[in-house]
Amino acid sequence: MSAYAGTGRLVRLALRRDRVQLPVWIAGSAVILAAGAAAVIDEFPDAAGRATALQGAGTSPAVLLMRGTPVGTDLGALVNFRNLAFMLVLAALMSTFAVVRHTRQNEETGRAEMIGAASVGRRAALTAALTVVIGANLVFGVALIGALASAGLPAGGAVTFGVACAVTGMAFAGIAAVGAQLFQSARSANAFAATAVGVAYLVRGIGDALGERAADGVQVTSAWPSWVSPLGWGMLARPYGAERLWVLVLPILLLVACVWGAFALGGRRDLGAGLIPERPGPAAASRMLLSPLGLAWRLNRASTIGWLVGSVAFGLGVGSLGDVVNDALGGNEGVSKLMGQLAGTGSAGLVEAFFAAMMNVFGAVAACFAVQVLLRLRSEEAGGPAEAVLATAVGRARWVAAHLACAVGGAAAMLVLAGAATGLADAAVGGEVGVLTLVGAGLAQLPAATTVAGFVVLVFGGLPRMVVSLAWAGLVVSLACGLLGDVFGLPQAVRDVSPFTHVPAIPAVDATPGPIIGLVVVAAALAAAGMVLFRRRDLAT
Amino acid sequence: MTDAISVEGLVKTFGRTRALNGLDLVVQTGEVHGFLGPNGAGKTTTLRVLLGLLRADSGRAQVLGGDPWQDTTRLHRRLAYVPGDVNLWPNLTGGEAVDLFGDLRGGLDQARRAELLERFRLDPTKRCRTYSKGNRQKVALIAAFASDVELFVLDEPTSGLDPLMEAAFQQTVREVSAAGATVLLSSHIFSEVEALCSKVSIIRDGVTVESGTLAQLRHLTRTSVVVEAAQPITGLDALPGVHDLVADGGRAGFDVDAAALPGVLRHLASFEVQTLTSRPPTLEELFMRHYGDAPESAAEATSAGAAR
Repeated sequence: MSAYAGTGRLVRLALRRDRVQLPVWIAGSAVILAAGAAAVIDEFPDAAGRATALQGAGTSPAVLLMRGTPVGTDLGALVNFRNLAFMLVLAALMSTFAVVRHTRQNEETGRAEMIGAASVGRRAALTAALTVVIGANLVFGVALIGALASAGLPAGGAVTFGVACAVTGMAFAGIAAVGAQLFQSARSANAFAATAVGVAYLVRGIGDALGERAADGVQVTSAWPSWVSPLGWGMLARPYGAERLWVLVLPILLLVACVWGAFALGGRRDLGAGLIPERPGPAAASRMLLSPLGLAWRLNRASTIGWLVGSVAFGLGVGSLGDVVNDALGGNEGVSKLMGQLAGTGSAGLVEAFFAAMMNVFGAVAACFAVQVLLRLRSEEAGGPAEAVLATAVGRARWVAAHLACAVGGAAAMLVLAGAATGLADAAVGGEVGVLTLVGAGLAQLPAATTVAGFVVLVFGGLPRMVVSLAWAGLVVSLACGLLGDVFGLPQAVRDVSPFTHVPAIPAVDATPGPIIGLVVVAAALAAAGMVLFRRRDLAT
Repeated sequence: MTDAISVEGLVKTFGRTRALNGLDLVVQTGEVHGFLGPNGAGKTTTLRVLLGLLRADSGRAQVLGGDPWQDTTRLHRRLAYVPGDVNLWPNLTGGEAVDLFGDLRGGLDQARRAELLERFRLDPTKRCRTYSKGNRQKVALIAAFASDVELFVLDEPTSGLDPLMEAAFQQTVREVSAAGATVLLSSHIFSEVEALCSKVSIIRDGVTVESGTLAQLRHLTRTSVVVEAAQPITGLDALPGVHDLVADGGRAGFDVDAAALPGVLRHLASFEVQTLTSRPPTLEELFMRHYGDAPESAAEATSAGAAR
């Protein structure tokens, strides 16, 4: 029997398992890119406007770190600048998750054992996984080319864009294949691959932020760190700029090297084993863990830290933009008006309105975080450990309150840090809004985020089986009515539904205690009602 | 003696399904009570009602003298529960999970914890995500048995344990029982219930169909007899209380109702019996009587077919 026997069948099995996931991921990415391209064409019809925007962005290292380097003033070049980094990350994550799903996850669950006992070669599983993922990346690339072409952008650049994303995804498939050999659990292998994506993003971000700005200000040449990042290579091909297709050989070489390495590693280990053993953990619990609150914090700790780091990064980026906003957009009547609408202020200073609008965004992000934390209540209840926990002396209200405390406490920390980071970055580039003002502005969003949290607790108590969809629906409605209500021209009565409508737009306007107290009362009432309902219902496992 | 658990006419419906349909259950303080029934009979539902995790539609349930729905947390300090399907947190270690459950219940005996970790051979430094079903079960068992409580509610606690660990489990149940604790043990494993339980309740479709000591239940059922005699055995099929007869010359095998046993023995005495084995019915056979596909009439038909 050849080492590859059965690969074809395993490919069909993988395609069958991924028949929803991969098409949704690919189509979703293409739709996002098409929308992004349409937005650029709509917002920046003339080259002069594009040049102004790029010149502003090019001066901010934070923007270069997040977005990559601008490659020119063509429409396509601006689409590249605004979307390529994101698309590369989507391709990379699609690939790493899929590879781990069809290799290590099968081994961990024992499925690989049953498959391996059949007439299937030793190398078939990994070969099948890579075949599927490489194919998915080809489709991903074609879908992106289609999205760009359908937006009316030139085909040549579209092909470079699509191929850059496809080969980058393939390179990360190779990295994930190595990770799947090293680690014993799918979770660790996914963490390894996701960390690789994160590090690659950061390294190229540093290279781009340190890049050299051309005299015209609309192009930036990346510094050397971008050349050592697999995510950097896709950008260095410069779709819609001075294209360099040969750079795209690098991800292919990495893929080949990784596949060779993964097979070599795979040949040295037993089925189900990893080359890096699982580290043993503590044999006894620390005092910190031994309470419902300690447990809830432990369960949410890792993701909370991630959200906090993200908030600081986002805050620094926003803060460093204050100056740019004034320079670049000061003359643009439409943008000023949009900013005023987003912030809910008619005509404050442009920078204040910008920050107020961004604080609203921070509030929305904090609400997302709170929803995510509170949905853990449901996953613990449905087929999770909640049954055993609630059979101990922990009361139901206390159990919910512990998770609520993590949600609200984490949201508060996010808003404080985001406000402080914005203020510090603003001060660093010569702004005068003030750190404390922005911390206050961030915290003013907390009652609105808490109201969303209260709504989730209410639904959890009343309609547990629908809580996931209702919680996200509630969040989307609050954001649509609250943050974008003015932009959409919704009537005031509809906008008042959202807690975010009632948040004073600090620092563009002065703080008023009335609405904040009102929101706190509503949030407390919703959460209390949710707890009472939960206390009265059956555990829905 | 007071009752640790007493349940009367318990009814619980989920939508159109009637999970419990007037269930009765009495567990006296200090006894090890077996709670038997096929899948879907309502065992887990009953236990969840007793833990205040579900609210009964009607009927009366009392646990340790309190109302399981009203006095939930106060009662939970005095009992320990091992769910049928133990779910743990993937990123906590087994040792952390044991400590957590013990502490949330109100405290853990550290010496006992160490002893049980040894006895059940559980590595407490491994993350729960790497544990098999049996190992997850062990975490819940150790956390329960290391707690100083009056009542243990165990829902099929040995599913996934190997025979060696099952022996460790039985030893542990005997220890806590000897120390005066009450145990309610829902199970599929008849040998385990036969080995451990002084009383048994059998439920089916949400109703209790039998309840009593093993001896009392055996009284209700038949003895299996195999007999060999020098002369061909005749006339057994005419005796009342004889079932599933397979007769072949001097050899016969049949089941007999306890009440009919004296008459059957008198009848057999006339055939120069050489060997006779009889054994009490296993719980499996008790079970078959209530849930088997072969009720009285079908069993009769089978024996008629075999005799042909």
